[in-house]
Amino acid sequence: MTEKTIELLIFERSVPGRRGYQLPPVDGLKRSVEELIPDEHLRHEPPRLPEVSELDVVRHFTRLSQLNFAVDTHFYPLGSCTMKYNPKLNDRIASWSRFALVHPLQPESTVQGTLRLLWELEQLLCQLTGMAAFTLQPAAGAQGELTGLKIVRAYHRMKRRTRSTILIPDSAHGTNPASAALSGFRVVELKSGPDGLVDLAELKAKLSDEVAALMLTNPNTLGLFEQDILTITRLCHEHGALVYLDGANMNALLGIVRPADFGIDLLQLNLHKTFSTPHGGGGPGAGPVGVAKPLVDFLPTPRVRKVGKRFRWDDRVKHSIGRVHGFYGNVGVLVRAYVYIRTLGREGCERAGRFAILNANYLKEKLSGTFPVPFDRHCLHEFVASLQPLKAFGVTAWDVAKRLLDYGFYAPTVYFPSVVDEAFMIEPTETESKETLDAFAEALGRIAEEARTNPELMKHAPNRLAVNRVDEVRAAREPDLRWTPSNQLVSA
Amino acid sequence: MDYTPHTDEQVAQMLETIGVHAFEELLQTIPDELKGRSLDLPAGLSESEVLSLCESIALPNRSLREVVSFLGFGAYHHVIPTVAEALASRGEWLTPYTPYQAEASQGTLQMIYEFQTMVCELMQMDLANASLYDGASSLSEAAVLALRTSHRPRLLIAETVHPSSRQVVATYLSGFPCVIQEIPHTNGVTDLEALAAALKDDVAAVLMQQPNVFGVLEPTEQASQLAHRVGALFIASVSPISLGLLKPPGAYGTDIAVAEGRCLGSPVAYGGPGLGLFATTHALIRKVPGRLVGCTVDESGRRGFTLTLQTREQHIRREKATSNICTNEGWLALRATIFLSLLGPQGLKELAFLNLQNAHELFERLREFPFIQPAFDQPFFNEFTIRCLNGSRIEELNRKLLNAGIMGGLPLRPWYPTLADASVWCVTEMVSREHMDHLIEVLKTV
Repeated sequence: MTEKTIELLIFERSVPGRRGYQLPPVDGLKRSVEELIPDEHLRHEPPRLPEVSELDVVRHFTRLSQLNFAVDTHFYPLGSCTMKYNPKLNDRIASWSRFALVHPLQPESTVQGTLRLLWELEQLLCQLTGMAAFTLQPAAGAQGELTGLKIVRAYHRMKRRTRSTILIPDSAHGTNPASAALSGFRVVELKSGPDGLVDLAELKAKLSDEVAALMLTNPNTLGLFEQDILTITRLCHEHGALVYLDGANMNALLGIVRPADFGIDLLQLNLHKTFSTPHGGGGPGAGPVGVAKPLVDFLPTPRVRKVGKRFRWDDRVKHSIGRVHGFYGNVGVLVRAYVYIRTLGREGCERAGRFAILNANYLKEKLSGTFPVPFDRHCLHEFVASLQPLKAFGVTAWDVAKRLLDYGFYAPTVYFPSVVDEAFMIEPTETESKETLDAFAEALGRIAEEARTNPELMKHAPNRLAVNRVDEVRAAREPDLRWTPSNQLVSA
Repeated sequence: MDYTPHTDEQVAQMLETIGVHAFEELLQTIPDELKGRSLDLPAGLSESEVLSLCESIALPNRSLREVVSFLGFGAYHHVIPTVAEALASRGEWLTPYTPYQAEASQGTLQMIYEFQTMVCELMQMDLANASLYDGASSLSEAAVLALRTSHRPRLLIAETVHPSSRQVVATYLSGFPCVIQEIPHTNGVTDLEALAAALKDDVAAVLMQQPNVFGVLEPTEQASQLAHRVGALFIASVSPISLGLLKPPGAYGTDIAVAEGRCLGSPVAYGGPGLGLFATTHALIRKVPGRLVGCTVDESGRRGFTLTLQTREQHIRREKATSNICTNEGWLALRATIFLSLLGPQGLKELAFLNLQNAHELFERLREFPFIQPAFDQPFFNEFTIRCLNGSRIEELNRKLLNAGIMGGLPLRPWYPTLADASVWCVTEMVSREHMDHLIEVLKTV
């Protein structure tokens, strides 16, 4: 067993009495705890946290980090996730104490800088999308969806309409129907047409005065622009339904098209995708929601306002849906996104959108001899290949994903969207070079060959990483979600 | 400045490979009338230009390093060990996605497993998830869980739960056919008689905060017994650092324990990102919102980790998922895991002790002023509520303090009109004896 195969759990490094951090001494009253807190409120058994030294902690978390693939270390073509380079400059500025160490309830006069930044970010997002106003409060894309749907609900309620359904195409992200359900709506699925796009006949058939909104992803999860978008939004509006855009794929439109111009009423942006804030192994993100003019009065409170040269919070929003965050949203993430947009500026944003599209189309072309792309035409920022032909050799998209790891590439999104058999959803992003795309295409070509000649190898991939294929079935069947002293690893 | 690596020559080669003459041909599916609008954005900037721009933006802010702050009320300024900052800034932690490919994400997965364990230990609960957005959304998800599993239409929430959290709960539940009833407080703690009177067998859950918004310790043990008597869940929102000394929620019969975990190694950052902690009992394992990491083995029998029980989640169950959450707060979970590893059980206890001592010292010194009076006669942890007497207004007092570089306690007027002369003061380990002396000296002059 090499050193990298298993890193002990931090608990298994624990030695009673060892310390990793020293706090300042108490210099004051020094009254006993028992004098200050009644016994009924006191803890009698300490939590079993590890007792380790500072160096133990540094080695442990450094070694663990080295078991990860990340944008900083590997090409990460995870479709729908926009794993572009996350500039270090953004992290640096967000960590300044004048941004990171300000209290959310400080007097407004002492936090004018942050308020200005938030106000300006809202204006920039309005420019990029054409929407009338934004709330920066939602902490991630899915919370943005929830916020948007609460606005949809409040809007219809104010119009004294009871509308209980949301239309969602079958190719949508899973968060869309989940957010609709959490907002108290019934979900009606729209079957995609033969070209992978919204089927106008299906849309017309399902539109009624029960429909509160259509929730649309454009470009959709196949990376295709809904070319009938103007008809789609018009039909919805004729039926009194709103059109919500899941803006997860905004990177494709950056500097090319503004969602407001194709009739979108509200949308969320995923700043951790399009605007390059780091994903952090699963957050924090930020999911600001932008709305058209008639919906501005429904945005969450508080809203940041500019009055003369001063900035302030405003709790008075006529039909506000209320708060969705304990304070104002993921401000640390918002600072990074602001820095990114100011760094790129107009030209940089336009280049980002264009090169995201160029890279996706180039890679699609390079792979065209290897795997079919079911809805094959020029794509935008991503495309979905089908690994169905490998089934003949008993090899699945999951196996290919695992084998790609051996070649030093993170895997694309697999088995999504479900409208493609053995889906392999690839989003290269604009920050990858032609050389990287070539190497990736070549690796996939070799893997396709291996699938034919040595399918057994694929079933057991990866085998060049610290662990080989982990048993997910066992994990679900016998859930082991926490360490206890009794399951201490003895043979490490 | 942008971050694209393309040279003109490569762009030409790539277009040729694709088989188009110009980039615009790739946009044929976009209606023409939508294209060609130039963005009204400022021009891009170089790194040094961005730095000076942001320096000028940040300039009017006064950071907690530059003032003495007694603000808490849901956001707490605590020590951030250098090691937590240094390790968390590694790109291998900052720039991966949610760990879908287990074998290439063992670092993140093992860290989350350790995080889940630490949250369980802190709370004395059976299991914990990989995090939610913040304390307020954790409380809301707990309320949603209670409504969906019990099919009962009422929720009772103590008036002493943080007002923002109550607002977020109300927003989350606005689509549910349910009634949220607030339970009043008496002398700063939830009125148990009022709670008992409101508890009928149509109540899904009781939601309380410990210590509560006034800093006061609540009778959680009795409240949870009352809730269980009618088959309602007991949901507690707790302060993680207090658990170094205070009874953990699992020890008073809590069914779902939630918390804002930002205080564990992450900066206050103007209130976000936060770190929603969510822990519960074995009984509710299939109902948990968000990611769970499980320990398993690889094909060679080596220990490995993976996301698990994913049939609860939106990408599998769609509208039937337990929650819509996808991205959570992984990077803050990492910081919390490093923080708790460094402190260990003894360090956490000492940290809680420091907070307790500091808060009580200031409390004693403040009550010596004739115009200051404790609002409640109750035990507290690191926050307490005082009233300003004889018409002296807390807002006016705070203005004077601010001129001396002090941010005083938070006035309660906007949320609790009957406590219009009251304010909540927080004293963590970041407040030194000198800071307190300074405050007292200034107070003597007003």
